[in-house]
Amino acid sequence: MSALEVRELSKHFSIGGALRRSHVHAVEDVSFALRPGTITALVGESGSGKTTVARLLARLYDPSSGAVLFEGSDVSHVRRRRDVLHYRSQVQIIFQDPFGSLNPVKTIRHHVERPLRIHHIVPSAQVEERAHELLRTVGLVPPEEIAAKYPHELSGGQRQRVAIARALAVEPKIVLADEPTSMLDVSIRIGILNLMVKLKEERGIAFLYVTHDLASARYVADEILVMYAGQIVERGPVEQVLAEPLHPYTRLLLAAVPDPAKRDAERIGTRKGVASAAVDPPEGCRFVSRCPLAIDVCSHVTPPLVEARPAQAARCHVTAPAPSTR
Amino acid sequence: MTALAEEPAVRRTSRKALLELRQLAVEYGSGARGVRAVDGVDLEIREGEVVGLAGESGCGKTTVANAVLQILRPPARIVGGSVLYQGEDLVGKKPEELRRFRWRNVSMVFQSAMNALNPVMRVGDQFVDAMRAHERIDRRRALARAGELLELVGIDRRRVRAYPHELSGGMRQRVIIAMALSLNPDLVILDEPTTALDVVVQREILQQVEALRRDFGFAVLFITHDLSLLLEFADRIAIMYAGELVETAPAERLGTNPRHPYTQRLLQSFPPLSGPLERLSGIPGSPPDLSDPPSGCRFHPRCPHCGPERPELYGRQTTERPVLREVEPGHRVACHLVEEEEEVA
Repeated sequence: MSALEVRELSKHFSIGGALRRSHVHAVEDVSFALRPGTITALVGESGSGKTTVARLLARLYDPSSGAVLFEGSDVSHVRRRRDVLHYRSQVQIIFQDPFGSLNPVKTIRHHVERPLRIHHIVPSAQVEERAHELLRTVGLVPPEEIAAKYPHELSGGQRQRVAIARALAVEPKIVLADEPTSMLDVSIRIGILNLMVKLKEERGIAFLYVTHDLASARYVADEILVMYAGQIVERGPVEQVLAEPLHPYTRLLLAAVPDPAKRDAERIGTRKGVASAAVDPPEGCRFVSRCPLAIDVCSHVTPPLVEARPAQAARCHVTAPAPSTR
Repeated sequence: MTALAEEPAVRRTSRKALLELRQLAVEYGSGARGVRAVDGVDLEIREGEVVGLAGESGCGKTTVANAVLQILRPPARIVGGSVLYQGEDLVGKKPEELRRFRWRNVSMVFQSAMNALNPVMRVGDQFVDAMRAHERIDRRRALARAGELLELVGIDRRRVRAYPHELSGGMRQRVIIAMALSLNPDLVILDEPTTALDVVVQREILQQVEALRRDFGFAVLFITHDLSLLLEFADRIAIMYAGELVETAPAERLGTNPRHPYTQRLLQSFPPLSGPLERLSGIPGSPPDLSDPPSGCRFHPRCPHCGPERPELYGRQTTERPVLREVEPGHRVACHLVEEEEEVA
């Protein structure tokens, strides 16, 4: 049973003027499901479309095509305030920048209590008590003291915890965490990651963890989705994918991660290039210009996502050929 | 450790000292509201060596770099110690002398330098400007050199005619690195040179810097919060905490045998990409407010080895400032506990 299902989701942004209009295919044909009590990591380079996916799920953008299924119905175009409110009470987002996501002139109490009131989570008499409970859950103690503070009085890690407490206030089934640790100091990051694991285990929340850090994805996630130029190029159980990646891009990413054990090791064979959201992409694999394994077919047929190993799928003609071409 | 793995580091560290910081202290503001951002830092960089300076945000690492180049802006100022470049103290030198020294002897790539290019000027012209500010060179020759430098960092030489917006973030960062090398300096300071970039681009750029360093022989002071990066690319690493150096050691040694509790916890804050996965704990608490630093060892409020169970040690940890002491050749640690362990052993 999935908490949220995404089917063939695409988002195109148009750029340029009326005469020279072209389309950035920021997200193209993306399908996956988030399951209760699991963390799904969405990894890729900047510009690969991972943040766009999170924003589509948070209903901050309307998709160009495809569906977002929640509780059995498509929510990708709901407009009625009541429906949007209901969806937002179930699906919350945490942003990368804990310095920009809190209102500097309001106390922490305001931030955590507001969703409790808007969504009528508890009777007004219990709002304060619940707010303290939430702060305690995310490790901000003593809650009475923290609640009275303003964002600038807290450290980055504490602010990110406030953002998490605020997201939890509405008792969501799904939390979309968009690079929640990338602006925090190294020593603080682990605390936020551990908190996500705790919430997944204790509350059965389904997390989408958007990150470019493969090691942290391995640390917290159950499943991994690897994005390249707007497409999911590989998905599967995180340990399996990182131990035996199918897609050459996943291999490239893995090889690029700093690893002390790799000192003076040989660099892996790839050609230079940059992953950017494809502008009016032609048919064919989007990784072809950088791929060391590319064959003829790669430049004119877009590879489908093929389950080449149990539970592990990739978009690659070479390592995960479709049954018909096998 | 095998002799083979040790060899390059030993060879490089036996060279002459290029830059020496002695008891460097930098303060922001003054009087009771003064903040000592850098406090008594001793650091040496030898010719051709890659020294990594790691620490969390606000620990003073960028301030150290700015002090080396003497580009601290008021209210920041050097309040003590010296910056010796080939034995000559830079503190108190005249602005004109410093201007000639910067860029020619020591150049710097700043944090998010890729946004430092002038958006309305062709890349080549910006090279020409930089070179002609320091050298008598005609425009044609300077442009030709700019092309060569671009090629060195893996960019087509015809891109001298490009405007910055026509280049990707990674390429702009390479342009800046090429510019930093244009006057053949002895030391290049890289301050978080790849933090805004992707891992793939980051690796490409660092590999290029390493290759150039081998060819040209310049030394590098590499400043970053990403210790895992330094373990791979640096010869020697210095760890900074709350304005002080707490440990320095050859990179391999720091990775395998860190002694300071802060370094140990910092290393344990990076989850591994392979091998067994354990629950990590990070470091409890947060870095101190430097306008009111903790007494004694500045790490003591967050240190797992500091508690009243051992009153005598606890007393020293909370009141006495630990100093860097050598525990092995080239490995220095500032920690009361390590000091005690060494005495027992």
